[in-house]
Amino acid sequence: MKQLSTAHLLGIKHLKKEDIDLIFETADHFKEVINRPIKKVPSLRDITIANLFFENSTRTKLSFELAEKRLSADIINFSASQSSVKKGETLIDTVNNILSMKVDIVVMRHPNVGASVFLSKHVDAKIINAGDGAHEHPTQALLDSYSIREKLGIVKGKKIVIIGDILHSRVALSNIFALQLQGAKVKVCGPTTLIPKYISSLGVEVETNLKKALAWCDVANVLRVQHERMDINYFPSIREYTQLFGINKKILDGLGKEIVIMHPGPINRGVEITSDVADSNQSIILNQVENGVAIRMAVIYLLAQQIKK
Amino acid sequence: MAKKTLLNSKDIHIILHRLACQLIENHNDFNNTVLIGLQPRGIFLAQRLQDVLQKDYNITDIKLGQLDITFYRDDFRRREAPLAASNTTIDFIVEGKKVVIIDDVLFSGRSIRSALTAIQSFGRPESIELLVLIDRRFSRHLPIQPDYKGRQVDVINSEKVKVSWQEQDKKDAVYILSDY
Repeated sequence: MKQLSTAHLLGIKHLKKEDIDLIFETADHFKEVINRPIKKVPSLRDITIANLFFENSTRTKLSFELAEKRLSADIINFSASQSSVKKGETLIDTVNNILSMKVDIVVMRHPNVGASVFLSKHVDAKIINAGDGAHEHPTQALLDSYSIREKLGIVKGKKIVIIGDILHSRVALSNIFALQLQGAKVKVCGPTTLIPKYISSLGVEVETNLKKALAWCDVANVLRVQHERMDINYFPSIREYTQLFGINKKILDGLGKEIVIMHPGPINRGVEITSDVADSNQSIILNQVENGVAIRMAVIYLLAQQIKK
Repeated sequence: MAKKTLLNSKDIHIILHRLACQLIENHNDFNNTVLIGLQPRGIFLAQRLQDVLQKDYNITDIKLGQLDITFYRDDFRRREAPLAASNTTIDFIVEGKKVVIIDDVLFSGRSIRSALTAIQSFGRPESIELLVLIDRRFSRHLPIQPDYKGRQVDVINSEKVKVSWQEQDKKDAVYILSDY
């Protein structure tokens, strides 16, 4: 039986293709588990997990929490807004205080890039990165690829375009790493101001024409414009953004083929995607959410397997 | 490594028929009974029993499932090699049913303990029985005994009982493997 090649899940960059395959195989089993009448297994009864969220999150936090509960782990939750971080405590002090309560795994979201890598070097626990700044969001990329694999059978050779605010998106970067590792072709599409300059060094092509990008792809992963991360105006108006990069039914009908629509959420309906597209049969947005629980169960399970008690 | 044949394919054939008859004695036409083979190696025995019951005793409507107990094991993280999960296929509800759990070898009883927990995820059975091909006596860690057994053997802990099936190993046989 195989094991993950890493001791933590810090980013897709640290994973091998075999790790992704192993996570997907394990997630298949957990997907069966979460569709049973009783959706819980006792594997992690003796494991305690701390969910540290130094940045707002709804979906990821709920998804991790549910995955942990389905595995019977004990959980403590922590949000920066209600904590001593506000009183000036450092990250390592905060985490070491929590670890002295005998915590085995830390799931952390943090606004600073590299926070989880930093933590993994200084504390004695398994670290799972639930998003660090605009850097990586590995479990989201894994569940996105898993959803593509579920819908199209295979990821290798498929053409995926990531549309929208690439510059501020950790989902985009992790997705690019994950998809390329599995042999998919990746393009990005969006206003040039929201596409990072280094993107071509990753082997990713840039397409600024939405219709051309959609005509090329098998799957469109649509991202939200992250206004909260913008300190300047990157485009003249939301209305103009929607006209140039918003996906609606008319554009999709004009393609002459059916492509798969994905969105990591939260959706700004009517901005990057219209409601009739988000709720259509082509959209696998809700499947992504369901698969998120199975993928996170698989990641936690595989990392917990390395803990010797 | 020494290898001694405990049962050959003819012995297994006879035992399968005896076990099938014993099941019929207790479960009649199986209308309220389900067979659950444990992954990874109990599923072959469960499938064989279903085949015998169908072909030789004309009991056609037998529900058969496969249960994987990896996530329910109590030795998770205590083993050298990590555990690999197998598929669970139970496309019926076990609520109110008589369940027969089927495995190839009963040794410490820990797999069966896990299976008893796992099966409850699919409902509350009316009763649960245990059928095994080989019962290794005097090796139990838990108070678990089989209701139906093919052959009882006394082997020391360092010896291994290996059941080989036509479907996977190209031959029906049971061996005892030892280091000397």
